[in-house]
Amino acid sequence: MDRRQLEEAFFKGLMIASTVIIVGILFAILAVVLLKGAPLLSLSMLTQTPKGGYYLGKGGGILNAIIGSLYLAFGATFLSFIIAFPIALYLQEYARNRFASFVRLSLDILWGVPSIVYGAFGFTIMLYLGLRACLLGGIIVLTLLMLPIMTRAMDEVMRMVPHELRETSYAVGSTRLEALLRVVSRQALPGILTAVLLAFGRGIGDAASILFTAGYTDHIPHSLFDPAASLPLAVFFLLGTPLPEVQERAYAAAVILLVIILSTSVISRLLTTKWTKFVIK
Amino acid sequence: MEKFKPHISVEKLNVFYGKHHVLKDITVKIPEKQITVIIGPSGCGKTTLLKSFNRLIDLVEGISVSGDVRVDGMDIYNGKIDVTNIRKKIGMLAQKPYPLPMSIYDNVAYGPRIHGILKRKELDRIVERYLKVAGLWDEVKDRLKSPASRLSAGQQQRLCLARTLAVEPEIILGDEPTSALDPVSAKRIEQEFIELKKDYTIVIVTHILRQAKRLADHVIFLYMGEVIEAGPAREIFEDPKEARTRAYIGGEIS
Repeated sequence: MDRRQLEEAFFKGLMIASTVIIVGILFAILAVVLLKGAPLLSLSMLTQTPKGGYYLGKGGGILNAIIGSLYLAFGATFLSFIIAFPIALYLQEYARNRFASFVRLSLDILWGVPSIVYGAFGFTIMLYLGLRACLLGGIIVLTLLMLPIMTRAMDEVMRMVPHELRETSYAVGSTRLEALLRVVSRQALPGILTAVLLAFGRGIGDAASILFTAGYTDHIPHSLFDPAASLPLAVFFLLGTPLPEVQERAYAAAVILLVIILSTSVISRLLTTKWTKFVIK
Repeated sequence: MEKFKPHISVEKLNVFYGKHHVLKDITVKIPEKQITVIIGPSGCGKTTLLKSFNRLIDLVEGISVSGDVRVDGMDIYNGKIDVTNIRKKIGMLAQKPYPLPMSIYDNVAYGPRIHGILKRKELDRIVERYLKVAGLWDEVKDRLKSPASRLSAGQQQRLCLARTLAVEPEIILGDEPTSALDPVSAKRIEQEFIELKKDYTIVIVTHILRQAKRLADHVIFLYMGEVIEAGPAREIFEDPKEARTRAYIGGEIS
């Protein structure tokens, strides 16, 4: 083997090794969570709120955290979409190049801000306004966390839409808004969906930002101003107990979290296949 | 120069892209209901000139336009004019066929819908009529609901033609409309143009001289952003006045 072939073989080996490691880690995580958590899954866990002594190993469930997480994540995803979609549209056709680059840079920086910082920021504002930790506070802070992700991901997929496709729309006399809503958004639909799911996944899994803003409670929230529990914090609190049998409940909570993320992803993909087949390759 | 009724008249049109002077003092007239072909080597500003007729060059950031482009005597760069109306009046066919991400039916109905035609029956009639004009109806009438992306490139370009015609323009611009097609499909598009010229004013950009000879009634020769010569096709091809035109037609510059 000469030097170039050796080089080829060496780097190919490195690439394969890296791929195997990352896929392996993914399966290891799934295996640990499922093996430890699945046996503890029970109907009562899914349908009951914690009874007195739940954190000491007595009966009950984590319905409070499941409902709380669904409220928080879907609320924040909805709110983020309402804000992110117009920003992404604006960046496509209306903003001047320089301003658009500035906005993109700002969003990229926000994307990198740790979620505990969002939490602390939200907490400060809430203290200033005299608000207690509540569902609404959690939704708003999660929205701040998810916005840069959703906006930038949407923006990138819309930028991939060929310029000629927009030109085609203008050429029959459409306005910019019509071109964006009827052509660009349809072409980018699979990517827009991915953007929403990416943000949703980040939001439902985040603990630090909602620790002080949504709080934690054993009850299901009945209004936006009630505190709300969440699955990531349930995992955190359950793992934090000294009792091994309670700690294992944390893995069951993690399984529920995974199932929610997975099923949301699958269901929304199925719902949109009807439209995605029209995408121009 | 031969007398004709101009549909588009351009006077002292200058286009700058940043500091680059793309079009220099262009003054030409486009005759009504004829095929005008713009020829010239690549990079000479053919497409820019074409896109200045329906103000698609407005979309390029950093471009500045001065001078006069009149369509039916109306100054289309006048600030008060609604640009969507200009583009409705002047259809365009792109270099590569770009169907929209929707069904065949919705592609043709796209323009009419935007301009306010929403009744199903009326849309059905428009879709059928213009798919027939574009010579595509028989091939697609049983699958109007299927994605336009599944058509072949030649079919797609005919679909684009039907979509362009569906908003009932008076002028059709073609930016090398056959360059992405196989020879048979290209021939079909050329035939469509020849059929269409009895009802429409057609302007085509091409760098294929033989195609220009087959289609043109009127020729504009563009070189380095300037109009070198313009006139009836026969005069330009058989008896060019300018040395550069002669050189280009003789294949010495390309």
